[in-house]
Amino acid sequence: MTENLHLLMPELFLAILAVVVLVADLFLPDDRKIYLPWLAVLGLIGLIVLSLNLLWNTDLMLYGGLISLDNFSLFFKCVFLVLGIIVILASMDFVSRWLRSPGEYYSIVLFSILGMILMVEAQELLTAYIAIELMAFGFYVLVAFGRNNRKSNEAGLKYILVGAFSSAIFLYGLSLVYAYTAVTHFDAIEASLSSVLANTDQIGPSLWVGMALMLAGLGFKVAAVPFHMWAPDTYEGAPIPVTAFLSVGSKIASLAFMLRLFSEAFLPAIDQWQIIVAVISALTMTVGNVVAMVQSNYKRLLAYSSIGHVGFMLMGIAALSSIAIDGLLLYMIGYAVTTMAVFTALTAFFNMTGREDISDLGGLADTHSYFAAAIAVALFSLAGLPFFAGFTMKFYLFAAVGTEGFLWLAGLAIFNSFISLYYYLKMIREMYVKPTPDSVRLVMSQSGVSNGISKPTKLITCLSVVLTLSIIYLGVYPLHLLKAIQAATLSIW
Amino acid sequence: MDNFNQIALIFILAVPLFTGGALIFFPRNKIGAIRTFALAGSLLTFLLSFYVFVMYDYHEGGYQFVGSIIWLMDPLNIQFSFGIDGISAPMILLTGIVMLAGTMMSWNIEYRSKDFFVLFMFLVAGVLGTFSVTDIFFLFFFYELAVLPMFPLIAVWGSTTDFGSFLRTKEYSAMKLTLYLVAGSVLVWIGIIALFIETTNAGAGTFSIETLSQMSEDGVFSRKFQLIFFPFFMIGFGVLAGLWPFHTWSPDGHVAAPTAVSMIHAGVLMKLGAYGIIRIGMTVLPEGASGWMPLLIGLGTVNVLYGAISAMGQRDLKYVIGYSSVSHMGLVLMGLATLNPIGVTGAVLQMFSHGIMTALFFAVVGMIYERTHTRDITILGGIAHRMPFTVILFAVAGLTSLGLPGLSGFIAEILIFVGVFKTSIFLAILAVVGAAITAVYVLRLLGKAFFGPMDSKWETLTDGGPRELITNGLLAGIIFFVGLWPMPLLRVINSGVAELLARYPI
Repeated sequence: MTENLHLLMPELFLAILAVVVLVADLFLPDDRKIYLPWLAVLGLIGLIVLSLNLLWNTDLMLYGGLISLDNFSLFFKCVFLVLGIIVILASMDFVSRWLRSPGEYYSIVLFSILGMILMVEAQELLTAYIAIELMAFGFYVLVAFGRNNRKSNEAGLKYILVGAFSSAIFLYGLSLVYAYTAVTHFDAIEASLSSVLANTDQIGPSLWVGMALMLAGLGFKVAAVPFHMWAPDTYEGAPIPVTAFLSVGSKIASLAFMLRLFSEAFLPAIDQWQIIVAVISALTMTVGNVVAMVQSNYKRLLAYSSIGHVGFMLMGIAALSSIAIDGLLLYMIGYAVTTMAVFTALTAFFNMTGREDISDLGGLADTHSYFAAAIAVALFSLAGLPFFAGFTMKFYLFAAVGTEGFLWLAGLAIFNSFISLYYYLKMIREMYVKPTPDSVRLVMSQSGVSNGISKPTKLITCLSVVLTLSIIYLGVYPLHLLKAIQAATLSIW
Repeated sequence: MDNFNQIALIFILAVPLFTGGALIFFPRNKIGAIRTFALAGSLLTFLLSFYVFVMYDYHEGGYQFVGSIIWLMDPLNIQFSFGIDGISAPMILLTGIVMLAGTMMSWNIEYRSKDFFVLFMFLVAGVLGTFSVTDIFFLFFFYELAVLPMFPLIAVWGSTTDFGSFLRTKEYSAMKLTLYLVAGSVLVWIGIIALFIETTNAGAGTFSIETLSQMSEDGVFSRKFQLIFFPFFMIGFGVLAGLWPFHTWSPDGHVAAPTAVSMIHAGVLMKLGAYGIIRIGMTVLPEGASGWMPLLIGLGTVNVLYGAISAMGQRDLKYVIGYSSVSHMGLVLMGLATLNPIGVTGAVLQMFSHGIMTALFFAVVGMIYERTHTRDITILGGIAHRMPFTVILFAVAGLTSLGLPGLSGFIAEILIFVGVFKTSIFLAILAVVGAAITAVYVLRLLGKAFFGPMDSKWETLTDGGPRELITNGLLAGIIFFVGLWPMPLLRVINSGVAELLARYPI
C-alpha cells in the first residue's frame, strides 16, 4: 500500500505547505506577514518542478484504483498550481489592505488547490466527493472572508447553504448509482453500464435518476442554468481575488472532473445524457449572456458572463470526443488566463478606489491607461475577438462541437458570443469614452484616506502585464499548449 | 529577388503590425516622433504593396507570392498560408494607397495621438491580412481583427452629429457599427464551421481555400449544402459591404469616424465584405452562388437606388458621402452577381475606384470640417471662393462618382452596366437611373455647398496646405490615371476573374 507513496509527494507537500503557512502566521510579527504569500508562492513553484519531474508521462492507477496519475492529472495539476501562484500574487495587495489574518487566507487557498488537484485525479466516486468537499469548504470560508463586509457575509452564507444542498444532491445521486451498480470505481461503473446496455437498450430508472442527480449536483458547482442562482450574489459579495479564484478554479476543476466522470464512467450511457447536457449548455450560455447585458456592477456582470462561458464549456462535454476534449481543455486554459487577467486588473482598480460599479470605471483610460488597456484586451478576448486567446479557444471549441454533429449548438454559441460583445463593449466604452466620476477622482487623489492609494503596486502591474502577454501569446501561437493538451486528452480518450 | 518575393507578403503584414507594436513604447508627449514613425511605416507598407502589385505576373495568374506556415496540426489543420491573385493584388495596392493618405490626413491629431496610430496600424494590418491569406481561418482572423479597432477609433476620436431633432452620438455610432459587423461575422463563422464539417465528413478537414475549391470541384459539397450555406457568406460578408437592408451602420459609422478612419473604412474595409463573398462564397460554393445571385443582384439594385435617393435628402456633407458609398457598393454587388466576366471585372475595378474616390471624398470633407467646424450643407455656401483647390478636389471625386468619362468610375460603371445588361435589361436601366440620381445630388452639393454667394463668415478661410493638397492631389491623380489608362489594373483583375469564373457555366 505504501510502495508508491512517493508519487503522491506533490499532494502531500502541498498539504504540508498549507499547514506551514497557517502555523507560521502565528509566530510572525505583523510587519513580517508579507513573507507568508511569498513562502506559498515559492512552495508552489517548487511543487510544479517536482510534479513535472516526478510524473512526466506516467500512467498509473494507485491504491486499488482510487487515484490515477496520468497526463490528464499532471496537466491539471500544473494548471492549478500555476493558478494558485497567480491568485496569491493578485491577492497580496488586496489582503494586506482590506482583509485580516493573511495566514489563514493563503493557507485556505492552498487547501482549495489541493482539493482541485485531487478532484481531477480521483478515479472513484467517494474519493472525488471528498476532494470536491475539500475544495468547496475552502471556498465557503474564502467567500465570507471580508468579515466586516455585510455583502461578503451574506454571500458566504448563501454559498454554504447552496453548496451543502448541492453536495447532498450529488451524494444522493452517487448512492443511487452505487445501489444500481454496486461499485464506485469509474472503470467498474463503465463495465457495469456496458453490460446492462448490452442486454437492453434502456438503463433502469434508478440509475437514470442517480446520474441526473449527480449532474445536477455538479451543475450547482459550475453554476449551470437552472442551478446558477447563487452565483451572482456570491460573486458580488466575495472579495475580488476570491471571485476570480472561484470563477476560474472551482469551474475548471468541476468541469475537468465532469469530463473524467462522463468520459470514463458514464460513457456507455452517452445516448441517455448527451442531449441533456447539450440542452443545459444551451440554456446556460443564453441565460448567462442575456442577463449580463443589464448588470451595473462589474463583479456581477462578470459573474453572469462566466455563467455564459460555462455554457460554452459544457458544449465540450456534450460533444464528447477527442477533438471536443482538446477544444474544451484549450477553452479552459484560455478562459482561465483571460479571466485572471481581467480580475487582476480590476483588483488593482479596486485597491485604488474601493469601487465596484461599471460607471466607476469611467475615464480609466485617462488616469491609468495601462490598466484600461489590460482590461480592454481581456474583455475583447472574452468576447472572442482575434489576436487574443479568446478567439483561438472559441474557434477551436466551436469547430470541434460542430464536427460532432452539434452545429446548432455551435451556432447558438457563436450568436451568444456576439451578445457578449455588447456588454463587454459597454465596459470598454465606460473606460475610454466617459469622464472619471468626481467621487472616484476624489478617492484617487486622497492618498491614505480610507485605505485608498491611487497607485497600483509594482507587483500587481507586473502580474497584469504577464497575463496580458499570455493572452496575446495564446491567441497568436497556441501550438505548444495544444501539444500538451493533446497529450492530456490521449490519457482519458 | 525570388527569396524576397516569398516573404514580401509577410513583410506587408509585419510592417504595420510592427509599427503599431513599436508605437506603444513611444513616450506619449513626443507627438512629432510618433507621427514621423507612423508615416515611415505607412510609406514602407505602400511601397511594398506597390511592389507586390507590379511584380504580380498576370500572364501566369493564380496565387503568387505564396508561402505557408503550420499553425495548428491535426485535427484542425490550420495553416498560415498566404498568396495573392489577380483580385487581391489590386486590393492590396488600394489599401497601401489609402493607408498612406490616411496617415497624411491624420497629421493634426493631437488628442492621444499615440493610441490613435497604434489602433490605426492594427486596423490596416487586419485589412492587409484579410486580402493576403489563403486560409479561411486566417481570413476570418484578420477580418475580425480589422473590426476590433473600429470601436475605440470611432468612440474616442469620432465626432457627434447633432441637428437638434437628429442626434447621433459617436458612442452610439461606434456601438452600432461594431455590433452590426460582428453580427455579420456570426453568420460567416457558422458558415466556416459548416464548410469544415463537410470536408471532415469527406475525409480531410481543411481550411485552405485552394483545397476547398479543389474539393468543391470534386463535388464534395452537395447542391443542397451550397444553397443552404451560401447565404451565410453572402449576408454575413454583405453586412460589411453595406448590403441593403443591413447597411444602416455604414452612414452612421462613417460620419462619426475621424477622417482617416472614414477613409480606410469606406475606402477599404467595405471592400473586405465584397472580397469575402468572392473569396469564400463564389470560389468554394459556385452552385450556391448561381442559385442566390438573383437575390443579390436585386438587393444590389435596391442598394444603388436607396443609397442614391437617401443621399439626396441629407443635410450633412458626410452623410451624403456615406449614403453614396452605400449606393456605389450596390454597384459592386450587382457586378458580382452577374457572374459574367465583364460584370465581375467591373465590380472589382469599382472596388478599387470607389476606394480611392471615397478616400478622397472623406479627406476633403475632413479638410473642410477642420476649417469651418461644420458639415451642414445649408451653412457652408460659397466656400469655393476661399478654398478653390479643395473644392476642385471634391469636384474630381464627385464627378468620378457620377461616372464622368475619363475618370476611373466611368470605366468601372460601364463594365458593370454592360455585365448587368446581359443578365437583365430592366435592372441595368434601374442601375443607370441610380447613376443619374448620383449626378443630381453631386451637382446639387457642388452648387449649394461650395459655389454660389459666399457667407461673410468664411472670409478668413484658408485653402488646404501643401501636405493636404499633395496627398489628395495624388489620390485625384490615380483617379485620372485609371480613368485614362485602365489597362495595368484591368489585365491583373482579368486574370483573377477568369480563374474565378472558370468553374461557372456561362
